[in-house]
Amino acid sequence: MRPDNLLYPAPKGLYSEKGDFYIDPIQPVERALITHGHADHARAGHGHVLATRETLDIMRIRYGDGFCGASQVAPLGETITVNGVTVRFHPAGHVLGSAQIAVETDGTRIVVSGDYKRRPDRTCRAFEPVPCDVFITEATFGLPVFHHPDDGAEVARLLMSLRQFPERAHMVGAYALGKAQRVIALLRQQGYEEPIYIHGALAKLCEYYQNEGIDLGEIRPATLTGESRQDFAGAIVIGPPSAFADRWARRFADPLAVFASGWMLIRQRAKQRGVELPLVISDHCDWAELTGTIREIAPAEVWVTHGREEALVRWCELQGIPARPLHLVGYDDEGE
Amino acid sequence: MKAFAELLDRLVLTPQRNAKIRLLADYFREAGDPSRGYALAAIAGTLTLNTVKPQLIRDLLLEHMDEVLFRYSYDYVGDLAETVSLVWEPPQERVAADIPLGEVVERLQMAGRSEVRSLVRDMLDQLDTSGRFALLKLVTGGLRIGVSARLAKQALAEMGGKDVGEIETLWHGLAPPYLPLFLWLSGEADMPTLKTPAVFHSVMLSTPVGEGDLEGLDPADFAAEWKWDGIRVQLANIGGVRRLYSRSGDEISGAFPEILEAADFTGVIDGELLVGGTARSNQATGTFADLQQRLNRKTVNRKLLEDYPAFIRGYDILFSGERDIRAEPFKERRQALDTLIDAASPQHFDLSPLVPFATWEELDRLRSDPPDPVIEGVMLKRLDSPYVAGRAKGPWFKWKREPFNIDAVLMYAQRGHGKRSSYYSDFTFGVWTESDGQTVLVPVGKAYFGFTDAELEILDRFVRDNTVERFGPVRAVRAEPDAGFVVEVAFEGLNRSTRHKSGVAMRFPRIARLRADKLPRDADRLETLQAMIETKI
Repeated sequence: MRPDNLLYPAPKGLYSEKGDFYIDPIQPVERALITHGHADHARAGHGHVLATRETLDIMRIRYGDGFCGASQVAPLGETITVNGVTVRFHPAGHVLGSAQIAVETDGTRIVVSGDYKRRPDRTCRAFEPVPCDVFITEATFGLPVFHHPDDGAEVARLLMSLRQFPERAHMVGAYALGKAQRVIALLRQQGYEEPIYIHGALAKLCEYYQNEGIDLGEIRPATLTGESRQDFAGAIVIGPPSAFADRWARRFADPLAVFASGWMLIRQRAKQRGVELPLVISDHCDWAELTGTIREIAPAEVWVTHGREEALVRWCELQGIPARPLHLVGYDDEGE
Repeated sequence: MKAFAELLDRLVLTPQRNAKIRLLADYFREAGDPSRGYALAAIAGTLTLNTVKPQLIRDLLLEHMDEVLFRYSYDYVGDLAETVSLVWEPPQERVAADIPLGEVVERLQMAGRSEVRSLVRDMLDQLDTSGRFALLKLVTGGLRIGVSARLAKQALAEMGGKDVGEIETLWHGLAPPYLPLFLWLSGEADMPTLKTPAVFHSVMLSTPVGEGDLEGLDPADFAAEWKWDGIRVQLANIGGVRRLYSRSGDEISGAFPEILEAADFTGVIDGELLVGGTARSNQATGTFADLQQRLNRKTVNRKLLEDYPAFIRGYDILFSGERDIRAEPFKERRQALDTLIDAASPQHFDLSPLVPFATWEELDRLRSDPPDPVIEGVMLKRLDSPYVAGRAKGPWFKWKREPFNIDAVLMYAQRGHGKRSSYYSDFTFGVWTESDGQTVLVPVGKAYFGFTDAELEILDRFVRDNTVERFGPVRAVRAEPDAGFVVEVAFEGLNRSTRHKSGVAMRFPRIARLRADKLPRDADRLETLQAMIETKI
């Protein structure tokens, strides 16, 4: 079967006609396969959802028990047949529960990578390369400018700033699912043992990570009941980025704005957001990892989804690898 | 280079002055010589390097990179140095090694024109991303990190626990990499002695007259003079070396060659730099807007010299001949100044006249209605005051004329920075005017201070609850005749402006009071402001 008969972009998302399912659809559909729990990929209201156990748990935490009609766990590496199409989930290394989905029929295999990264991350399983005919890759950081530095060194810069400015509350903006827990885990890895304070929006997900056996150390809610501003001086407070531009941020002692994101590599981006200490920590691949992954998997063809498709497609052309953009809409660039 | 690059990255994104000083002081303490001296020079603008054209950097990069991919990258990042620092791929066999800033600078200084290209390439290969960025900013000659020479000196003072005045006095006698300076600051040597005597001496500053400050003071103990609206300068001619410094000790000799040339006396004087004509040549003194034509330039052309001739209106004298007379009383110094200026070029120097007065009430009347539009108030100087660096309260007071006030309507608001990033604290306000037969608001200025923290809470709440439209980070707020927010805006002066739609530009506007008691329809009209210009406020 030709690959573009097996999967093609439709208005609601990537669609398999033969299997009659969508992958990460952006609107409610009858049958959805979900790569991971970020809100732009995992939406509520589908008839039937197939995803990893962790992704289903995360959707339940975010949307409540009725997030879909029926759900089915896809154990990693196990083959499941959906209307005659074989599907298999493999770890993607993006956030807890994230998976690539290999879709196969008549000897043609397409791997939908979802969002993925190649860096070691204590909070989720590592990406597993799967040989395939077509590799569908994201391109969030698909420009040669993106070279994510070592994440341990980035967190060390935060600890250095705490020593330099011990009277200021260090307010770290980090996305609620994945990034926040990874930053906490990295801080613990660097030997930071103080309690870490979190915004309410992070509470349930952090608790879930801890129940899944990921040690985040002592987490406390960043509430002020009975405490004075000074109590947060020199403390690390983590919250969703939107909270820092809001009135919530005012309660803290002389806040120093920190933001953990791959975008923080670009100085102007940091400046526009009023970030004083940008930490370049990303849950996506940088340019070298995107191109390295394509080389490693060596697919016959590459399809590029959301992000900066044109540069990655250009790179594939220069390497003699057939490539095309899919022009899927509705996926965010890491929170933009 | 790593430490310097990290410092630059932090400084660019740090809005608070004190935090910048701490970052700089920590760097100066920890970085070795000569790197820290060159870092200081790069920040203070005293570093001379063979600069490199952006085109060369681009060419170097395209030796290895696909042009299309480069274009996508550059379009996205928007800054050449930053783009190149990010996309540069060091050769595989490279051993990552940091090159100290001192070595980078010395290698660049020693390299001939033809060697610079390969030297820059080699260093780009060796450095990491931040290091490459710092290098490219250095060699293309534009750090732009929002740190003035003055702030760097304050960080030096903090580092060594010294007075910033001492550093300013030394500053122009020293050169990169400032080894004796750092030895002294780190306590390993005595204060450096200078070979070149024409150095800057920290200026004496005044404090504003506050409520009740003049009670109990005898007018007979004070001299009063006009406070002219130019820039405060120090002119030195000692040991044959002539220099003109701004109040903060930045050398501005290059921009005012006519003054340097005319300074044929020996000594150091303190005065106001103005344009137009001296009182002795019977010409009008130019406004601050005229003076601005001559400011912030490294050199000057003939047309500017003719259109905006500069002169110094003398306030005080620090050295008479080679003799330091700062310890003598103001009364004595004033006589020495009078004698010096009397003999100096009448086109380039005049004496700031004293204002006779008998009582504070009389002086108050004079200050409120000065005889020249370029006067912004009066100065009060104790007749027995020595010339002391810094801003001590008592010997010298400034008594400005009252600011101008109007009632304006809030139109737009934007978030602040740093501490204020969660507040809408930058406000654009407007006044009423007629446009196509309709009464509309036209913006006349922007202010981001003047209010108290409690008032900011009120303003912020108003903005959040009354946003009618958003343009990126800017919010338009409700501003109708019967619904909106009126603020009393105080400002120091008003100029005509072709750049602003309203045709007027305010100097130093700030929000003086919140007028919750007024409706927008009660706010002022543009004609009121225009009339203020007509009457030469």
